Amino acid sequence: MHVLFEPGFFTSAPVRTALIIGAVTALVSAVVGVFVVVRSQSFAGHALTDVATTGGSAAFFFGLSPLLGFIGGGVLGAGAMELIGVERARRRDLSTGIVLSTALGLASLFLYLDTTNGATTGATQQLLFGSIFTVDASMVPLVLGLSAGTLAVVIAINRPLLISSISAELTKARGINLRGVGVLFMMAMAVSVGLSSIAVGSILSTALLIGPAAASVRLTKSLHASLVVAGALGVVATWLGILFAYDSFYWVPSSQGLPVSFFIVSLIFLTYLLSGLPTVLRDHRRSARRDSGAAVAATRDSLEVGA
Amino acid sequence: MTDVPVLQVDDVSVTLSGRHILDHVSFDIREGEFTGLIGSNGVGKTTLLRTILGLQRPDAGRILVSGSPMSPRSRSLGYVPQKIDVDPDVPMRARDFVALGLDAHRYGLTRRTARQRELVEQVLHDVDAERFANSRLGGLSGGEQQRVFIAHALISQPKLLLLDEPLANLDPKSVQQIVALLHRVARSYGVAILLSAHEMNALLPVMDRIVYLTGGRAASGTTEEVIRSDVLSQLYGHHVDVLQLHGRVLVVAEPGQDNEDIAQHPTLTLG
Amino acid sequence: MVNAWEVGTMVAVVGGVVGFFVVLRGSAFPAHAIPNGAFAGAAGANLIAVNPLIGLGVFSFAAALGIGTLSRRGRSDAVTALALVMMLALGAAFLSLSSQYEPQIFSLLFGEILGVSSSEILPVVALGVVCLVAVAVLYRPLLLTSIAPDIAAARGLRPPRIEIVFLIVIACATTMTVPVVGALLIFTLMLGPAAAAQCFTNRAGRAMGASVAIALVTIWVSLVSAYESNWPVGFYVSVFSAAWYGIGRGYLWWRTRQPGRTTS
Repeated sequence: MHVLFEPGFFTSAPVRTALIIGAVTALVSAVVGVFVVVRSQSFAGHALTDVATTGGSAAFFFGLSPLLGFIGGGVLGAGAMELIGVERARRRDLSTGIVLSTALGLASLFLYLDTTNGATTGATQQLLFGSIFTVDASMVPLVLGLSAGTLAVVIAINRPLLISSISAELTKARGINLRGVGVLFMMAMAVSVGLSSIAVGSILSTALLIGPAAASVRLTKSLHASLVVAGALGVVATWLGILFAYDSFYWVPSSQGLPVSFFIVSLIFLTYLLSGLPTVLRDHRRSARRDSGAAVAATRDSLEVGA
Repeated sequence: MTDVPVLQVDDVSVTLSGRHILDHVSFDIREGEFTGLIGSNGVGKTTLLRTILGLQRPDAGRILVSGSPMSPRSRSLGYVPQKIDVDPDVPMRARDFVALGLDAHRYGLTRRTARQRELVEQVLHDVDAERFANSRLGGLSGGEQQRVFIAHALISQPKLLLLDEPLANLDPKSVQQIVALLHRVARSYGVAILLSAHEMNALLPVMDRIVYLTGGRAASGTTEEVIRSDVLSQLYGHHVDVLQLHGRVLVVAEPGQDNEDIAQHPTLTLG
Repeated sequence: MVNAWEVGTMVAVVGGVVGFFVVLRGSAFPAHAIPNGAFAGAAGANLIAVNPLIGLGVFSFAAALGIGTLSRRGRSDAVTALALVMMLALGAAFLSLSSQYEPQIFSLLFGEILGVSSSEILPVVALGVVCLVAVAVLYRPLLLTSIAPDIAAARGLRPPRIEIVFLIVIACATTMTVPVVGALLIFTLMLGPAAAAQCFTNRAGRAMGASVAIALVTIWVSLVSAYESNWPVGFYVSVFSAAWYGIGRGYLWWRTRQPGRTTS
């Protein structure tokens, strides 16, 4: 046990802050992420993280709080996505890609200016890949507040959100404002992406958004179950990641340790791969004949409405 | 006129997700025959067509095309799928898509010969698509795209052309037009046609033979042979009546019968 | 600077050609994800003192295969997203183990075209030729499987297989372009010019030609601008590509408002 928890883990203040912030942001991301996955908006979700990168690097350049920048960038990005709309998938993905790359281009400019003009080093590393151990404890209340707010919004709109993910027609028939729900959800995505950018960096916050959600959607059959499972997976992965990163200070000779984000993302990726195992085993047992040369061979997961 | 049927479906069974979609289905199609594959939605018409095309491996039975086992690589069958919805952003003219019907399977970049270009013109003319041949494929209406897809399938001069529910979602006038067009090109290209539909009346004037599919089983023959109370009752497993009214055919089950096909798909009861 | 022109030109040609199919197939997301594999590869190669191009190649190849095979089992967009960030995280980890963390990240992500050395020209050109040849050989099958995969399957073409081969072509294109415009921005070159091109013409061949032409103009102007201002070349590439996309869309919108015209 002592080997796993290297000395000072439980007493270190930065670690405690990291654990709290990590858990909360992971939870929010996972919950929002379930809807992102169900709505097949993973690309848009990822694009948001890249726009958040722009916001973060711009904020850094202007000396503002990165969290503000991440969330601001996310909100702008969400606005752009709404303008793009959701008609045809091909055109939507194309527009998303263009927005994404423009955002990254701008980010590259700000980061360049950061490193040449400012005296600070390590901006790229910090913003893009996260620095959860250096987050100031004074941020915790703000993070908690924003997280609680986002969770509340998502839970409040969870039914119309799910219905609108399944059928636009059905949504209108029920008198739900399709656009309104979409915008609210995009904002929730923006805030959750902004929050998790603090923990694992903006470029990698996609993992917290998509990973636990995608894994739990494969494993569960109902919406509520998948929300709970996703949240649990996200929090566990984050805590383990923080633990391993802390320990890696002692394991790795260079004494800098490996980035927390690396561990968290790897654990999430592993979880996702493992979540596919039950299906693989089931298919092998059935040894079903596969279509030869079928045009599309992907199996799609599905969620039932309601608990 | 050769003796070997263009298509032999020989005792084919297909099970998907635990359901017996096709259960010992057998029928032949001879050269130039126009065959309607009739059955209600979800009964397995698409599965049968995909099996014939070699996209779905049957659990039992075999598919023979001109006497040889079927393989997609032999390219002896033309195919017009059910869902035709090309993205309007795709930069391809109708004409170019038809030309692809000649050589989409060829590797490398070879220029098309004058003879090939003539062929494209001819086929476009035969399906009445000259008017919009130079327009973007995705910008055409559903019916126009359908004709382009038919041209695409015809240009390689297959022995048999399969169409999956080409008449669904069409207004009655368009249905008439497309049936007439198919009948016409079948004659001039000497190609057999297998067309699936859930409503047989539009096809009665042109069908040489019918394959009636329900509950995984099929009855095949001419319409006189198949659309009879005794044959269909045996197929359905319970008594059904066949009524002829004003040149149209109705298949009607007794009330209280627990038969999905007829109860939930009134188009079938209207024949 | 001369090297930058040659490499840049090659990058634009390949980007325009491969990009035509990326846009046609709607593969924007994989085209974004695979270069991130390249990022990890370069970082890893740097760690073990191997030629970065090898690392780039191996990892983009692995990313392409990974995305291709995993997509068949789960939701392809979720899988692509996760593979993407996994690669990035791996790259970050590799870099953190080496001593040159900060500047390396920036140049791998955003490009260092003015830092391309002569020894890198030959492999870059070779890879470019491989990409172009692959696309030429698969031109018609790629067209049909992109537009009507059901029909393609019925003809004996195998869309899943062709998809994997195409992803590998993207990996190839990525390997040669990452040193120039960086992992995060190469796919801009594959998107913007091709997306604009398909607005200007109805014909596939011409669209591909236009895609290459626009990509060339974009990179040349970006090179000059980057040289003059010292700002990252990737920044200019992304902004100009987006501008071209806007011009293309605007042109289409203007055309559809012309009374009684069909697109010709």
